[in-house]
Amino acid sequence: MAEPKTKYDRQLRIWGEQGQAALEKASICLLNCGPTGSETLKNLVLGGVGSITIVDGSKVEPGDLGNNFMVDESSLEQSKAKCVCSFLQELNDAVKAKFIEEYPEALINTNPSFFSQFTLVVATQLVEESMVKLDRICREANVMLIFARSYGLTGLVRISVKEHTVIESKPDHFLDDLRLNNPWPELREFAEAIDLNVQDPVAHKHIPYVVILVNMADEWRKSHGGTLPSTREEKREFKELLKARMVSMDEDNYKEAIDASFKLFATPGIGSDLLQIINDSCAEVGSSSSDFWVMVAALKEFIANEGGREAPLEGSIPDMTSSTEHYVNLQKLYQAKSEADFLVIEQRVRNILKKIGKDPDSITKATIKSFCKNARKLKVCRYRPVEDEYNNPSLPELQKYLTDEDYRSISIDCCQEKHLVSIAVGFYILLRAVDRYAANFNSFPGQFDGGMDEDISRLKTTAVSLLNDLGCNGLTLTEDLINEMCRFGAAELHAVAAIIGGIASQEVIKLITKQFVPLSGTYIFNGIDQKSQLLTLY
Amino acid sequence: MAEAASTPSKSRDLDKLLLRPGNLVDPNFEPGTELRLALQEQVKVLVVGAGGLGCELLKDLALSGFKNLEVIDMDRIEVTNLNRQFLFRLEDVGKPKAEVAAKRVMERVKGVNIVPHFCRIEEKDNEFYSDFHIIALGLDSIEARSYINAVACSFLEYDSDDNPREETATPMVDGGTEGFKGHARVIKPGFTPCFECTIWLFPPQVKFPLCTLAETPRNAPHCIEYAHLIKWNEVHGGKAFDPDNSDHMKWVYDEAVKRAELFGIPGVTYSLTQGVVKNIIPAIASTNAIISAACALETLKIVSGCSKTLSNYLTYNGVEGLHTKVTEFVRDKDCLVCGPGVLVELDTTVTLQKFIDMLEEHPKLLMSKASIRYRGKNLYMQAPPVLEEMTRSNLSLPLYDLMDKVPKDILHATGTINKDNKKSSGLRKLRVVFKGIDGVTDMDMAGGA
Repeated sequence: MAEPKTKYDRQLRIWGEQGQAALEKASICLLNCGPTGSETLKNLVLGGVGSITIVDGSKVEPGDLGNNFMVDESSLEQSKAKCVCSFLQELNDAVKAKFIEEYPEALINTNPSFFSQFTLVVATQLVEESMVKLDRICREANVMLIFARSYGLTGLVRISVKEHTVIESKPDHFLDDLRLNNPWPELREFAEAIDLNVQDPVAHKHIPYVVILVNMADEWRKSHGGTLPSTREEKREFKELLKARMVSMDEDNYKEAIDASFKLFATPGIGSDLLQIINDSCAEVGSSSSDFWVMVAALKEFIANEGGREAPLEGSIPDMTSSTEHYVNLQKLYQAKSEADFLVIEQRVRNILKKIGKDPDSITKATIKSFCKNARKLKVCRYRPVEDEYNNPSLPELQKYLTDEDYRSISIDCCQEKHLVSIAVGFYILLRAVDRYAANFNSFPGQFDGGMDEDISRLKTTAVSLLNDLGCNGLTLTEDLINEMCRFGAAELHAVAAIIGGIASQEVIKLITKQFVPLSGTYIFNGIDQKSQLLTLY
Repeated sequence: MAEAASTPSKSRDLDKLLLRPGNLVDPNFEPGTELRLALQEQVKVLVVGAGGLGCELLKDLALSGFKNLEVIDMDRIEVTNLNRQFLFRLEDVGKPKAEVAAKRVMERVKGVNIVPHFCRIEEKDNEFYSDFHIIALGLDSIEARSYINAVACSFLEYDSDDNPREETATPMVDGGTEGFKGHARVIKPGFTPCFECTIWLFPPQVKFPLCTLAETPRNAPHCIEYAHLIKWNEVHGGKAFDPDNSDHMKWVYDEAVKRAELFGIPGVTYSLTQGVVKNIIPAIASTNAIISAACALETLKIVSGCSKTLSNYLTYNGVEGLHTKVTEFVRDKDCLVCGPGVLVELDTTVTLQKFIDMLEEHPKLLMSKASIRYRGKNLYMQAPPVLEEMTRSNLSLPLYDLMDKVPKDILHATGTINKDNKKSSGLRKLRVVFKGIDGVTDMDMAGGA
């Protein structure tokens, strides 16, 4: 057996040992193992999730062989859950795989406590009524829930979790924390000790831009009543000053200083996202508060006191042209300040824990350190109950999406006028309409051949009444899209299922590792021209 | 259709799209069992690459109604593939990817035939590639994409009005991933931008300047690259560094650690050393699954016409929430790979010298001091002097002979372009057609090979 670390090398580079450990501890429940469910689990089993439990009461039919890779000829007429489970187990023997031959709807109705044993439930191909019930159960039991559905050339993915907090959100692009316009005393001292007018040209071109900008900012302040450049004209002038300091055209450090000068012009203090988090009512902590919010409370105190309106320093600096000595010393300086900030926050965390009657050592040093390093990137995601969204969708939001310019691709009739609306929003409405349809007529429109015209007119009536119930009076969907929805006839195409399942598994990983940011709202897949859309109907 | 409903069919779900008429479909879409049969029996799809994307593509295409697939890949299976290349098992390590992938899919999906090719893509000739209706690319290098793109574009022919002839265009679908991000695109040479038209989407990899590595290292990767690129050659002289040799990798790691200690630089680990030296791009199963399936779905739609298609570039980013975006890139009309080039009609008697003189007068070219290349061969080079001397004797020969008496083909000319009284150097594609040759009438002067 090869070392598991080697097998997982390419993903460990993304979510690290901690993320992997979280995956290996997780237990996932899958409802319905058609291609959408099977593909979701395939990606999770490969990644080494702890355990999977497959719930499906159906037997394998010939049609399943044409859209699901986790069954074959020998599976015909056998339990689908059993067959899929055994093929998935082949992919990774480190995963504990089991199955329950039962229909998910039956479990939802008769045994709701069943779901509380899991870290996360992936519910595929459920209709609205079951979604709403399962959502209530999972919220009650604090089990994370993801809905995934493939339907012809459309589908959806939606997360339902009361609250998901992220420390390591790992954004691609994030402005580094250099404190150029607000240097702490040691940084200022360090910068002042380096002479920008040094005669030696080699030394001159190896002064790191951080030092150049801190010193030049001081020089500017002296001649501008203590303020930094703020107008466009002043900023331009400042850059000219930098340019004038170059002794030759090949000085990369000065070019970097000019490019980075916008960092100097930025407003000091924390950003609006973080401000919103520290002002969240959850930051008023009590005995039932999570570790995350306890740390936020400590962060809030820090920002108001020692931090001087700033979050704790991140402590890392980007690569920049510099002599090795200057760079290494600069790095140490940032790390030292970061460590000092951490110690202050740690003390505050311990005090708060004591105050709310918890063990002051119940949050580890490593967790607090990670929290401090990522303080500016914290994320809080909250998801509305499905029932709530379905009964009271945010009308202005829905209207906005219905007419979003970026996604306008087909026409609808509204108040005798032709408007172009997004296919994806049309699918959002129609995915709900087909469930209403199925509740009334016991099959999906176009599920069986023959009678297509009747199905189309019934679906149209259903969609119109749904739109009326939502308050979108007078708005109808195009005939084209309704016809297409009937043509799909609830087909679960493999390629669409692999996309939907792939998205669902990516979101599962983000939720379980508590890294990166899961999607907000409902993702509507549009397989016609791939102009899919994320709808946040809050 | 009633028949399809009564007999249990493996094609149950796909039939809804292939047998029923639709409203948002390609104008040429003709639903019916004949279409389904055509996908199964006539259409040949090539999958290039049997790695993270390729494994998924083979599965997805096999379950999308295609029965004649071929796959080409030169690699063997490694342990680090197993977290995402789901057709491979631990006991397969060391075996050719293409062969194992083909075998596994054929075992699972009855009736599908997959021909594996365990070789480099360059080892196959154009005839091999011309046999496919569509090519799906699951590659991780720009060079390989460029190569296949050039091959597919070489099948494209233009008419005398510089309009691409649709029936000669071999479409491609292309995917790529990195971590939680990826892209899927559709390329129909002559109609949508080819890989070279938008080559700027793939910025060249940033390399550290050697002076930084040698004189002012600042971080761990600088120390690693010093050991890998400078110290290795100093110590081992002629012996080539092999990134797959663990002794070599360990040596580079040890040297990088020493250098890092010398300069007080933190962060050198064995894993980082591998990452930097091999330029490892992190990869996970879910993103590969999404991107491959998007490519497979587009393949199905392009071939069958059962719906509209992606136009023409999809990006997926799951890092912060989920952002997907479709961008309609535009063709580069002067693209040297997929563009028509400039049509030049010649008599078979025209010498190379005369031809070069003509380029100076040609209204669409105005190119002086041209150097001419044909199929990778220098016909005449203005510089350097050695090459000029070697090729000078060609000037007096008829171009027709120099082009092996091929009645129509593509030439490349480099020279000084005099446009609007400005001089600039440029490379131009020329579609040369010789007049009065059998098989080429005045109405059929299309270029291309």
